[in-house]
Amino acid sequence: MLRLEPRQTTSVQMQYATPVIAGVLTIVAGIILFSSLGVDPIEALYTFFVKPLTSVYGLGEWALKATPLLLCAIGLSVGFRGNVWNIGAEGQLTIGAVCGGGIALAFYGDEGPWLLPLMLLCGGLGGMLYGAIPAFLKNRFNANEILTSLMLVYVSIQILGYLVHGPWRDPDGYNFPESRLFDDYGLMPVLLAGTRLHLGVIIALVLTGVIWVFMSRSFQGYKVTVAGQAPAAAAYAGYSRKRVVLISFLISGFMAGLAGITEVSGAIGQLVPVVSPGYGFAAIIVAFLGRLHPVGIVFAAFLISLMYLGGEALQINMKLPLAVTGVFQGMLLFFVLGSEVLVRYRIKIGTQAREA
Amino acid sequence: MATSQLELKGITKRYPGVLANDSIDLSIQPGEVHALLGENGAGKSTLVKIIYGVVRADSGELRWKGEPISITSPNQARSLGIGMVFQHFNLFETLTVAENISLGIDADHDLKVLTSEIREISERYGLPINPHQHVHELSVGERQRVEIIRCLVQDPKLLIMDEPTSVLTPQEIAKLFETLKRLSSEGCSILYISHKLEEIQELCDHATVLRLGKVTATCTPRDETPKSLAEMMIGSELPVCKRTESAYSPDVRLALRGLAITSPDPHGTDLKGIDLEVRKGEVLGIAGVAGNGQKELLATINGEILSPRAEMIELNGEAVATSSPAARRDRGLGFVPEERLGRGAVPEMSLAFNALLTGNQKGMVSDKGFIDFAHMRDYATKVRERFDVRSDGIDAEAKSLSGGNLQKFIIGREIMFGPELLILGHPTWGVDVGAATTIHQAIVDLASGGTAVVVVSEDLDELFEICDSIAVIAEGRLSPIRATSDTDVEEIGRWMSGQFGEEDGADNHVAA
Amino acid sequence: MDGMDTALAILVGTVRAGTPLVFAAIGELIVEKSGVLNLGVEGMMLVGAVSGFIATVLTGSPYIGILVAIGAGVLLSLVFGCLTQLLLTNQVATGLALTIFGVGLSAFIGLDYVGTPITGLRPIAIPVLSSIPIIGPLLFNHDLLIYMSVGMVALVTWFLYRSRGGLILRAVGESHDAAHALGYSVVKIRFLSIMFGGGMAGLAGAYLSLVYTPQWAENMTAGRGWIALALVVFATWRPARVLIGAYLFGGITILSLHVQAHGFDVSSHLVATLPYIATIVVLVLISRDATKIRLNAPASLGRPFHPGA
Repeated sequence: MLRLEPRQTTSVQMQYATPVIAGVLTIVAGIILFSSLGVDPIEALYTFFVKPLTSVYGLGEWALKATPLLLCAIGLSVGFRGNVWNIGAEGQLTIGAVCGGGIALAFYGDEGPWLLPLMLLCGGLGGMLYGAIPAFLKNRFNANEILTSLMLVYVSIQILGYLVHGPWRDPDGYNFPESRLFDDYGLMPVLLAGTRLHLGVIIALVLTGVIWVFMSRSFQGYKVTVAGQAPAAAAYAGYSRKRVVLISFLISGFMAGLAGITEVSGAIGQLVPVVSPGYGFAAIIVAFLGRLHPVGIVFAAFLISLMYLGGEALQINMKLPLAVTGVFQGMLLFFVLGSEVLVRYRIKIGTQAREA
Repeated sequence: MATSQLELKGITKRYPGVLANDSIDLSIQPGEVHALLGENGAGKSTLVKIIYGVVRADSGELRWKGEPISITSPNQARSLGIGMVFQHFNLFETLTVAENISLGIDADHDLKVLTSEIREISERYGLPINPHQHVHELSVGERQRVEIIRCLVQDPKLLIMDEPTSVLTPQEIAKLFETLKRLSSEGCSILYISHKLEEIQELCDHATVLRLGKVTATCTPRDETPKSLAEMMIGSELPVCKRTESAYSPDVRLALRGLAITSPDPHGTDLKGIDLEVRKGEVLGIAGVAGNGQKELLATINGEILSPRAEMIELNGEAVATSSPAARRDRGLGFVPEERLGRGAVPEMSLAFNALLTGNQKGMVSDKGFIDFAHMRDYATKVRERFDVRSDGIDAEAKSLSGGNLQKFIIGREIMFGPELLILGHPTWGVDVGAATTIHQAIVDLASGGTAVVVVSEDLDELFEICDSIAVIAEGRLSPIRATSDTDVEEIGRWMSGQFGEEDGADNHVAA
Repeated sequence: MDGMDTALAILVGTVRAGTPLVFAAIGELIVEKSGVLNLGVEGMMLVGAVSGFIATVLTGSPYIGILVAIGAGVLLSLVFGCLTQLLLTNQVATGLALTIFGVGLSAFIGLDYVGTPITGLRPIAIPVLSSIPIIGPLLFNHDLLIYMSVGMVALVTWFLYRSRGGLILRAVGESHDAAHALGYSVVKIRFLSIMFGGGMAGLAGAYLSLVYTPQWAENMTAGRGWIALALVVFATWRPARVLIGAYLFGGITILSLHVQAHGFDVSSHLVATLPYIATIVVLVLISRDATKIRLNAPASLGRPFHPGA
């Protein structure tokens, strides 16, 4: 019988090994899944993981989709380290798109080079303020932040729906629920000709570096980590729990908001009823797959991004439903969490008196 | 001689990194009170867990009434007639006494019948309890009664008591001993685990002494002296810390003025108007039975619980009762909490990072808010060397240290800030004798350097050894403060059960 | 008489809209009472909804569909159980993973069934009683599952507070260490609770896809699994209050539909936010009193248990 034996110290090797183990297990599960659907698993896996990257355009799309994932995940990782559970990045992303996009629409016909920076700023701030709501409710009323932040996702999607169906609908748009197209001053500059890859990826990488420094070198970052690992120790040392909650939500809200506005000012170019295929939720997986570490999160963002591309490729080439992506993401997260046990425990073969 | 009730032969149990039990032999006769003596970490707990079926031995043999047997679960142990009263009670606070007792019985039974049985046993053995009360309303002594009754309703042949007196007042201890003697006279064997020598001499017929997982001696305690027992237990004489010249002066470092708070824990104890003053160079001990407001008092002095009015706590004359722990620390407060892992230290962080936990004002953090890693490591190294912390360097995770070594690190960290006032909660709880002596010496030395010290502890021996003055906390109220030389265990024990008058309490004001 | 009919329609609608919440929340209540927090309710509901729907299409019997939905919920909850109880993963993260997985999986397997028409569960009119005016249609003319949901609340109340199994369950939820030391198998008891929660979530999903709509659409639960989680807090872990809470939310949903039907000029999008905002408001109101939450919440909720520790 297998049993778990706590390690005296957490295993460093295992910290690096677990994401790899999880990845391998996901591929194995994928083979089983595809085989059971009567699809050639090798071809399907090739289409899912390799084919999207065989063209320059594909590479551009890879980084393009990784951008919002990275922005959201790196922000969420701060809170997750502090045991603050912002599950509503999708909502903060949506509000970021609304606020930033609103700026583009408000200054329609009156643009200048200042427009994009202002949109980015407002998008980030919008997400931040929206994220501040669950933080406030948690700090002031002790309301569970998981549930409140999640409820606000549904609210935000309805707000966006209301705007593009109503006041912000393009007057020349044949009644489609879409806003006007943003002016060129309101669009992210493209980095690589022949692709849609835009400046957002650079912004995401720079901010990842900033947050890395914050978490690893600043005292406030240390406080967040202590609050997450040992709340009683944080209270004992006098670190304010409320401040940790607020900082976590402000940072993750800002980053998600930024992800929202870079999406609509980059890949989309206008406000539409659905601005994200669930990036805000997938970012939770990215954060855990990256073991809440900035470098890991960058890799994880690209892996999950590939899954989105792979899902599309499967749909086009093999007529498989797009939802395969969600199945893969869920399985990957299961395996990541499950293999995490190896970091803290040794698996021993043998019996012990009481295996419950 | 009749067949032994229980006999152990060559019991061995290995955990990663330690041999907890090394071929232990032990035998208990029917009706015998047998002591299992040993200091913290000697392997007593592991051995009783094996007997009670919580843990299985790697090798060795158990015999029950002469028959070889393997005990694989507590349920089986109970059905054999083995009962156990744990040191950390296995009670459920939101359930009633009767429900708690019912959970300890495997056979089908009716709660109403059980309730009348509880009443009957409670009367017969002098263990007054109300079966319908919820456990969270009970005192620690009453909770122990619930644990004992839970064993007695099953008519045990062997009762295991794990450090039962550590939570009782001296008077309650005397009553407990009456109950145990009565049980033994009825033929029930008792395995009594303790490190308190006087108790064992008074109560036990035989003793098995453990040290570092091995049996070092068996003896008849009444024929021994405390000195000889101590030598068997720790391999040398009990070390005593050296008192140094007192630096006592009339400067008040800490004053509590009518400190009253409502506990944030619904099952906690409110503090009801506590007054006290601690002066430069003084070591004040606060005794009391667990759960009488110690937790709240410590958290309130440290600032984890804020008080309604700032003047309720004064540090060096400044009103701080509404300030954060960090602000109090800036004013010279050092604090060693009762829980080490998870509160005093972050388990999965290195000692170096744990030095930073309360160390931000000691140059470990730059003005811009960044961590000065070199400074931090240097500080951790110094603490480790000066306080003899045995660890795998300063990068060892806190959770990898033994209780005693981690406690030395935490106390060292707080002392090396040079606090003007140091508060300690149960500083030597669960710590081996060597580390305990180091800690006591550090406290005494610190006071002689002029720091005011408050030690909250349930261990009266400890308080009488290191304190200049002693008070008792009971039901959230503080007794008068007495110089250690002017009081004795008898009086402190009486106060621990809450028997000190209002006019006594007024003494503290007069002293102020 | 028209007003009376509307009021009656609203009340009946309220019960119907509240029923999936009753199932999901009463299941989660048991899970939480045993000390486990499973945030995967939404995912389990969706998988229950889709598998129950497919089974009904294939067999023609909604009753088989219901059984399949329960089975699917249990199966999915076992994944959560293995991860959190055997591999000791973080319960919050694992629950989220379960929801993400369930959303993906249900969309995946339900793709060919979007828009397929089925005959859902029919109301069972209780003879004589159902013909009483007002009270009849209100209380005695429902589908089987509505009667079952009320019965389930009663059963759970009895189990928790009147049976030995319930006593053990509450003990495990309060202190797994003490329960373990007394010889109870914490992991086994929690596994059973998690499976019950999964079955109830699956049933809740089936109610949506087989009775309430009845059809299958991607993400058709629309956050009801999360609302059920909030309901458990709202009910301060007491079964009877789950019923009240669920009907309260059902009422809000139905009222917002009627607001539009009666020609008030409000955006359907903004009206659709009402249940979610109501959830937040209710959470805030109930959580304000931290002591009350702490007194009622199972003490070891969400804490991992390792028997060797």
